[in-house]
Amino acid sequence: MPSVAPARPSKGIASFFGPPLLITIAVVYLALVLFVPAIAVFYEAFHKGIGEFLKAVGSPAFQSAVGLSLLATGVSVPLNTIFGLCAAWVIARNQFPGRSLLISLLDLPFAISPVVVGLMLVLLYGENGVWFGPTISSWGLKLIFSPPGIILATIVVTLPFVAREVMPVLEDAGPAEEEAAKTLGAKDWQIFWRVTLPNIRWGLLYGVLLTNARALGEFGAVSVVSGSIVGKTQTLPLFVEEAYKNYETQAAFGAASILAILAVITLILKEILERRTAQRGGH
Amino acid sequence: MSILIENVEKHFGTYQALDNINLEVKDGSLIALLGPSGSGKSTLLRVIAGLESADSGRIYIDGEHATNLDVRRRNIGFVFQHYALFKHLTIRQNIAFGLEIRKSPKNETKARVEELLDLVQLQGLGDRYPSQLSGGQRQRVALARALAVKPQVLLLDEPFGALDAKVRKELRSWLRRLHDEFHVTSVFVTHDQEEAMEVADDIVIMNQGRIEQIGSPAAVYDNPSSSFVMSFIGPVNVLSRNTKLFKDGHANGGDLFIRPHDIEVLTNENGTAIPATVDRVIHLGWEVQVELLLEDRQLLTAHFGREKFDALNLQPGQSVFVKPKFTKVFGDSLAEPVAEPVAEPVA
Repeated sequence: MPSVAPARPSKGIASFFGPPLLITIAVVYLALVLFVPAIAVFYEAFHKGIGEFLKAVGSPAFQSAVGLSLLATGVSVPLNTIFGLCAAWVIARNQFPGRSLLISLLDLPFAISPVVVGLMLVLLYGENGVWFGPTISSWGLKLIFSPPGIILATIVVTLPFVAREVMPVLEDAGPAEEEAAKTLGAKDWQIFWRVTLPNIRWGLLYGVLLTNARALGEFGAVSVVSGSIVGKTQTLPLFVEEAYKNYETQAAFGAASILAILAVITLILKEILERRTAQRGGH
Repeated sequence: MSILIENVEKHFGTYQALDNINLEVKDGSLIALLGPSGSGKSTLLRVIAGLESADSGRIYIDGEHATNLDVRRRNIGFVFQHYALFKHLTIRQNIAFGLEIRKSPKNETKARVEELLDLVQLQGLGDRYPSQLSGGQRQRVALARALAVKPQVLLLDEPFGALDAKVRKELRSWLRRLHDEFHVTSVFVTHDQEEAMEVADDIVIMNQGRIEQIGSPAAVYDNPSSSFVMSFIGPVNVLSRNTKLFKDGHANGGDLFIRPHDIEVLTNENGTAIPATVDRVIHLGWEVQVELLLEDRQLLTAHFGREKFDALNLQPGQSVFVKPKFTKVFGDSLAEPVAEPVAEPVA
């Protein structure tokens, strides 16, 4: 009987140059593409001192942009959380014709370029839009180039996150615990709060977090429907772009640094949530 | 409480899961729904529970018409194959779940939970989470949780299916003793005929959505009503219809069914006995399995007790004479044998 030889590493590039080289390449690449730009944002924002930063951040245009961003996020996150929960439950717990089509449709906002999403909304709801636009303006309402349009665009681009994160968790948990609760006399809302929600909570939180991050950072779709009217229809990312174009470097980087801080917080929370999810899955 | 099922039918799309089911479960009895996978036994249990609805037919629980009654109001306890414990709750909280839903007073709930922890012998583990328990312990918690609300009927869906052989044996005799103590009307689903025979008062044998036979373990074993039942319950030899070897005139019937322990082996020719060759001898502890080759090359498996075998002292290659003590022929034809002639003894 031939004895089993220990597996040798294959003589590819990795073994020829050795891991240190590959690690160096990866680190340099990441530094150039990610770390240095991120640090540059903070450097530009703060290198003239905290006073200049506060001045930029204190401007009415900036504050209105923060307000609108928070409004768009504050509306789209709860709406998409409720929608995402319902969609995930329907898809994970039921078999029906068109189920896989529905799953694909849910992914549509991911697949379509955000600019196209914005254009679709303008075409549908704009004053000169071909479809519902004229009807809406005849009611005296204005969706496009105003906050409602921005909220709508944010909702569309952040639609899939919660559903996408909750669906696999629900499928994984299976219906047995819910059925067990039912046989023990629990009503539907009791089953949801006492059994379903605790089972999906980490997946749900993760979905909400991603929705939140995308809602705050969305540029493309919002840029098309907003018209970028300073102090009225400018979100934080739009403010950054406009300030930068007008050579207001301090303001641009000030706002950018705030977006970057939010992104870092999101990343940390995401990491924590992923660990909790992995722990629960490991049981 | 008794359960009465009348003409129940259930389809999933074009697939007929239950075909005209009629069944009565007497108050305080413990019955097994036994059948291969896809026979409809789990579906029937879920229809009784109200987790599935029947397409037609009626269900009565304790004489009350329950066909359209919501699961929650049927007052049943249900035990799932994979336990379905609430992972985020402790063992105590799991057992208390149904009582809390019913808003029973806190001190009563507490006392009842302790009583059940005692009953399922998990006194020290009340504050653990399900993931910290073994499979057998989890299933006992599931049982305690179902019993906590004092159900009229206990329904168990392959309760021991996910457990290893040793734990399964312990739990099934424990379940039987539990039932003898409390007499909750119980229905349990299994695909394991040995389990059904050991635990149940009566066995309901199901196949392709129909009930094939209902009877006590001894009755279904001794008087199977169809070739399916005979093949499914206990080991059996199936000899093809064209065998002319047995001279008592079965040649024109269907397949010939012979239990391995109903075969007599003689070392000398004697009247109706037919010649055969010993092919293999397999020692199974207290029982010995002898594989015999008939003259038309059909294989016949015989089981002997140790004493009997030692007296015969059969050797492979030896020529012997075979005589069936009991054979059975069914009117229905068995398209393909459901079970191979089984090598294990009925323990």
